[in-house]
Order: sequence, then structure tokens, then C-alpha cells
Amino acid sequence: MDVSGGIPLEHVIWFAITLFLIGVVGILIRRNVIFILLSLELMMNAAAVVFIAAGAFHDQADGQVMFMFILALAAAEVAVALGLVVQLSRRFKTLDIDAASEMTG
Amino acid sequence: MNLLWLIPTFPLAGFLILCATEGKLPKVVTACVGAGSVGLSAIVAALVGWEFVTSDSTSYSQVLWTWMVVGDFNVTISLYLDYLALVMVGVITGVGFLIHLYATGYMWDEEGYSRFFAYMNLFVFAMLLLVLGDSLLLLFLGWEGVGLCSYLLIGFFHTDPANGYAARKAFVVTRVGDTALILGLFLLFREVGTLDIQQSLDGARNIWPDGSVMNTAIALLLLGGAIGKSAQVPLQTWLPDAMAGPTPVSALIHAATMVTAGVYLIARMQDLYLLSETATLCVAVVGLVTLFIASFTALVQSDIKRVLAFSTMSQIGYMFFALGVGAWSAAIFHLMTHAFFKALLFLASGSVILALHHEQDMYKMGGLWKKLPIPFWSMVIGSAALAALPFTSGFVSKDAILLTAAHSETLGMTFWSVAVAAAFMTSLYTMRMMYLTFFGETKMEPHDKSKANMWLPLLVLSVLSIGGGWLGFTVLQTLFGDKGVHFELHLKELVAIATMCVPLLGVLVGYILFATKVFNRRKISDSALGKAVSRFWFVGWGFDKVYDTLIVNPFRWLARVNKGDAVDYLFRFTTLLARIFHNLLTVSQNGRLRWYALTMFSGLLFVLIVVALI
Repeated sequence: MDVSGGIPLEHVIWFAITLFLIGVVGILIRRNVIFILLSLELMMNAAAVVFIAAGAFHDQADGQVMFMFILALAAAEVAVALGLVVQLSRRFKTLDIDAASEMTG
Repeated sequence: MNLLWLIPTFPLAGFLILCATEGKLPKVVTACVGAGSVGLSAIVAALVGWEFVTSDSTSYSQVLWTWMVVGDFNVTISLYLDYLALVMVGVITGVGFLIHLYATGYMWDEEGYSRFFAYMNLFVFAMLLLVLGDSLLLLFLGWEGVGLCSYLLIGFFHTDPANGYAARKAFVVTRVGDTALILGLFLLFREVGTLDIQQSLDGARNIWPDGSVMNTAIALLLLGGAIGKSAQVPLQTWLPDAMAGPTPVSALIHAATMVTAGVYLIARMQDLYLLSETATLCVAVVGLVTLFIASFTALVQSDIKRVLAFSTMSQIGYMFFALGVGAWSAAIFHLMTHAFFKALLFLASGSVILALHHEQDMYKMGGLWKKLPIPFWSMVIGSAALAALPFTSGFVSKDAILLTAAHSETLGMTFWSVAVAAAFMTSLYTMRMMYLTFFGETKMEPHDKSKANMWLPLLVLSVLSIGGGWLGFTVLQTLFGDKGVHFELHLKELVAIATMCVPLLGVLVGYILFATKVFNRRKISDSALGKAVSRFWFVGWGFDKVYDTLIVNPFRWLARVNKGDAVDYLFRFTTLLARIFHNLLTVSQNGRLRWYALTMFSGLLFVLIVVALI
């Protein structure tokens, strides 16, 4: 039942869930774009933790390979997102995400 | 005979040339193309006809190309020539050419000279397709083609809305018959599995050796089509109004060729009718009723072209009648002679109308016989043939019909007496027309400006109206061989003499009534009864009124009530529904990123809960 070093799988999953929910709540309640991006990173890392734990549990390297992918994805995402943040702050002179709500139906 | 395909090709080429040049050709060139194309096909038709008559074969068919193949269903564009088709082709190209030649003069001062000849050439092409077509589909193509040209040419003077109305009326009324025709063709195809005319007739003979309900139904549906096209009761109302077209059109389409397409159809499909006594009887009755009604109507008309229109109707009634009593050859023979003398009458009356600056009311004419000698003598000859006076072509053909009718087994004498009564009326109204137009006191001064291209056709048609009867009948009798009832000349003497004398009697009575003062005809026509009767006859026995009340007006009322298009509400409801949902959902699209994220997560949560619960 253990992943490694005596930590049970269940605990790792609960930890990942907690991390994920912190990210979700962060996205929903924070208005600052930077913090939203941070929350996104949190959520992604929560998923990554589950991959690592599952890989260790099944004694397979696939979980770690997936983590490498997630890492690359996160890097790319940050690169694009920070560009957007710069544009946002230039245009609206603020980092408040609710200011950019012009595209209404 | 290999040149057969050239006959319809020339008019088609003429049509295409005139269409492509959009009336930019000089008038003389237009006239040459328009009349010349039909003239060329008349020459080819004469060559082919001569070769055909001198050869031993009774039919010749020429496959041009395959039209369409769908599974077993195979339609070829192929032409079929036999004696029946040859007579029709001869009439269409020969009489057609004379009328085209006449029209080059008649239409000279009119707008749309080139358009006129384009339509006329297209008509000749379609009509040739109709009579030469090997399959019923090709026949139907020609059938609709001539209907279209008839529509275009009736409404040729399109600036007057009344002409457009007449054109639409002709189109819609014949459409009723066409619907019956196409239903008949569908049924025939379902039963015999082919649309090739000869094969389908063979098939019909094999499937229904003793006739059957299905055979009768098909024959009656085809008769419906023929009735519409040939202006027989009860679909005859369009023909008098069709006189709104130029006079050469009336001569070509509404006297000599198109209106006889129905006669051609029945003659072509005669095997179907020979197998069904009911259908044959219907053909005879339709013809008889029409010729009777139309000849009375013609007696009281004031417009010279309407007199001729009703007379055409009644003469085609004779042809139907002849088909119905089994006088197949006589019917086709009468078709031919009628084409000669009726075209002559129309063209001559056209000359009169043109000389009087488009005056068609006979009561305003009179005393013209000295001033318009060529139209007058043409009219005399044409009228003599129409009234079936001895030694004219009309006499030979009409006598053949009446005598065969008298000898037919069922109802022979009844049929004969009605037809002879109508023959009497024919000579009576012909006398009236001649008297009102050419005799009596002069009321208008004519300006005759007809040239050779106008009086030459009159001359040729006059010769044909007299002599046409003598050259044709023996040839035509071989047409149907022993299929129809035999035409035999050993008659009851009394019947023969009566048939011959009735038209003469009509002329005599007409002379006394209209030309002398022995008998005061005003007294009859001015009495209350006389007025009512002549009013009733004048409007063509009230068919138009009945149709207006029963069909046209209810339809108009429905159209007015249904202005908003009731069916459309259903579809408008659909768009309304879509719009409501659209408005509802646009509220959710507020542009707030966090709001979108919330909905996404709640959706995800919802799905997870549902999955967990299941």
C-alpha cells in the first residue's frame, strides 16, 4: 500500500486533492492575474504529484515521464501567459482580470 | 431517309441563331433565317417523304444518341417515321413555311421582329420533336415545348396585360390536361415497363388482349392530355383567348399544328383505344359535344378571329369524333385538309385585319370584297372548304368522317345526325362571317400594303384547300390498314345525299338570312329569348363563368385569406424558439474569466457526482 518511505498512497492522493482545490479556489477568488497563474501552476503540480505517486506505486517509470511532459507544458504555458499579462497591464493599466471582460455575448 | 435528323435541326439552328444575335441582325436577314430554316426543313421533309413513299418499308427509325440510362430504364433520342408522322411533318414544315413566309410581311412593322421568329422556329422544332419522337418521353418533351411556345407567342404583345392574362390562361388550362397525360404515361410505364411507343403498344396488346380497366384508365388519361392541348370540352376555354397572339401565330399554332397534337396522340396510341370500347366512346362523345357547342358559339361572335377560333375547335371536334367512331384515316385526313384551309382563313383574315389597322370587329367591316380582292377570294375558297362544299378538300375529308360515323355499329345514326346538324351550323356561321366582312355597306377604308411574300402563301394554300383533298386520301387510307374500321363506300344512298346537301342548305339559309331582306333576322336576335340565347352562345356556353365561380374565384379567395402563409407559422415558431434560447444563453456570456472557470468547475463537479452516484 505504500508508495515509498512508508507514506501510504491514500495520503498522497488526499494531498494532491487538497493542492488541486487550493488552486481551484485561488482561480475563482483571486482577481490578480499573477495569482491566477500561480494557482494554475498549483493545480498542474497536484496532477503531477498523482502521476509520480502512481508511477512509484506500480513500479513503473511512466509516471515520471508524464511529469517531465507536465513540466515542459508548464514552462510553455508560463511563457505565453506572462506575455499576455504584459499586454493586459499595458492596455488596462491594471492586473485585475475582471477589467478584461469586454467580450460579452 | 438518313437525312431525317435534319428536319428538326434546321428550325433549332434558326432559333439558336436568332437567340444568340439578340435581334441585332438586320430585318431582312432575320426574315431569311426565320422563314428559311423552316423552308429548308420543308425541302428535306419532301425529299425524305418521297424516298419513304417510294420505298417498301412502312416505318423507319433513326437512333441519334442515348438520352439517359438508369438501370433497365433506357431512353434514346431517336426519330420514328411512318405515314402518320410523315403527314404531320408535311403539314408542320409545309404549312409552317408558308405561314413563316407570310409572317415576314405581317410582322414587319412590329416590335420584336427577331424574337417573334425565334419563338416560331422553336415552336416548329418542338412540334417536329413531338411527331417524330420514338419514345413517349421525347413526345412529352415536344408536347411541353409547344406549350411553352404557345404561351410565349400568345403573350407576344406583352405590353398589354390582357395578352399576358390570355397567355397564362392558355398555359394553366392546358396544364390540367398535361397532368392527366403524364399520369397516363406513368401508369403505362408501370404496366408495360417501357416508354418506347411501338414497344409499349405491343406490350399493351400482349398484356391486355381483351382490354382491361387499367388499359381504359390509361387511354382516358391520355385523352385528358389530348383534350387540354386540342381545346376540347371541357378544357376548351383557353383557345378563344389565345387569339390575343399575332395572326400568323393563330394560323400556325392555334389552327394548323399544335392544337391537332391531341389528335396525333390518340392516333399514335390507337391500339390502346382499340382495346377499350369505353375510351373510344369517350373520344367520340368529347368530339361531338365540342363540335356542337363550338359551332353554335361561332355563330354569334363579333371578332373575326374568335369566329375562326371556335370554328377550329369544332373542326378538331370532328377529328376526335372521327377517331372515336373508328375513322382513323379520315381523322388524319381531316387534320391535313383543316390545316390547309384554316391556315388560309387565318392568313386571309390577317390580311384584312392588317389593311384595317388591326380592326378585328366584323361589325365594323363590310363591303371589302372589291378593295381587298386577294384576301377576299382566299377567304371564299377557305370558307368553301370549311363549310365542306363539294369539290373542296374539306368536303372530301368531312364526308369521309360523317359517312363512317353513319356506318358505325353503336349509336351510328345519332352521332351522324348531331354531326350533320353541326355541319349545317358550320356553313351558316361561315356565311355570316363572309357577309359581315366582305359585303354590305363599307364602313372602313382599307389600306392594302401586302406584298408578294404575303399573297403567295395565300395562293398556295388556296390551291391546297381545293386540291388537297384529291391527292391525299388514297395514300392516307393505307395508313392504318386493317387496324381501324374499314372505310367503305357502299352506303345507304339517302345518307350520302343528305351529307352532301346539308352544307349547301346551310349556305342557302345563310344567304337568305344575312344577305337578303326576305327574312328579318333582327326580329329573332332582338326578342327576349333570342337575346338570352345569343348572349349564352356568345360567352361560349358559360364555361368561363362556371370555372371562374368554381375554381378561379375560390382559389383567389384562398390566396387572399392565406396572404400570411399559414404553413409558414410553423417555421416561424422554430426561429422564435431558437431566438429565445439565444437570448437566454447570451446572458451567461459576460466576458468574466473567473465566471467561466466557475461554470467549468461546477460542470465538472456535476459530472463527477453523477458518475459517482451511478
